[in-house]
Amino acid sequence: MPIIELVFYTFSLVLTAAAVMVITVRNPVYAALFLVLAFFSCSAIWMLLEVEFLAIILVLVYVGAVMVLFLFVVMMLDINLAPLREGFIRYLPVGIVVAAIMAVEILLVLWTRGRFDASAFPVPPPNPQGYSNTRGLGELLYTDFLLPFEVAGIILLVAIIAAIALTLRKRPEVKTQNPSRQVMVRREERIRLAKVKSEPRQDA
Amino acid sequence: MLTLAHFLTLGAILFCLSVAGIFINRKNVIILLMCIELMLLAVNMNFVAFSRFLGNLDGQVFVFFILTVAAAEAAIGLAILVVLFRNRQTINVSELDELKG
Repeated sequence: MPIIELVFYTFSLVLTAAAVMVITVRNPVYAALFLVLAFFSCSAIWMLLEVEFLAIILVLVYVGAVMVLFLFVVMMLDINLAPLREGFIRYLPVGIVVAAIMAVEILLVLWTRGRFDASAFPVPPPNPQGYSNTRGLGELLYTDFLLPFEVAGIILLVAIIAAIALTLRKRPEVKTQNPSRQVMVRREERIRLAKVKSEPRQDA
Repeated sequence: MLTLAHFLTLGAILFCLSVAGIFINRKNVIILLMCIELMLLAVNMNFVAFSRFLGNLDGQVFVFFILTVAAAEAAIGLAILVVLFRNRQTINVSELDELKG
């Protein structure tokens, strides 16, 4: 049992430190990389909770796709960092005070009267050997949650179309092909038959 | 022994850190988007912990949908960011006042 607690506290510490670095570091590239570290440690903690499918999905989808997208955008934009940092010191006390008040409130709820301790929520036994978290999730997704699952697919489709439609642009100075006009072209537009009157040679 | 309160505490700390991040990075849209991602992660941590301790997989299905919506939100948010930077050459929130809201 202590090894599990050791793993939990280690990854919690890494996760919290990474979150602090995300919000305080100067360069957005480093912030994105620390967010990747936070996702990895969170994935490890989810593994402790025996939520294997979502832990892998977090690494594959979040680290593999969303954070790479963030890194692409951060590196693509040539951002002048100086004006973006000017309010940092001024708003730091406000941020710390609000976060501390929220943390104290939540922790008071969590740790008083034994609301969430082992007697109220007994620690579940480990899943039996051969149990598949992915199979359980899949059976739920394709039966009880079939309609929400399809709606999620439509949301992703809308996101794809919206992202493409937002960033698509036409530059007037760049020559481009228009395939629909190319296939619609007719013979009369391209070929002009000229009747040239034949002339006798001058020196004959 | 790790109880539910341990995992909920971790989620609460993450959530408060991301709220503080929104306060202190209020000029930089990219960091704001990252703070929202961190906030969603904290919420997901709560869902996963409750799902495990209640022995009910529905919470994990909900996390699945939250991940979907978060991915869509990140894609559209970054697309808006790119268009914004193309038009204004800045991502400073305090300069984005064209709507006079």
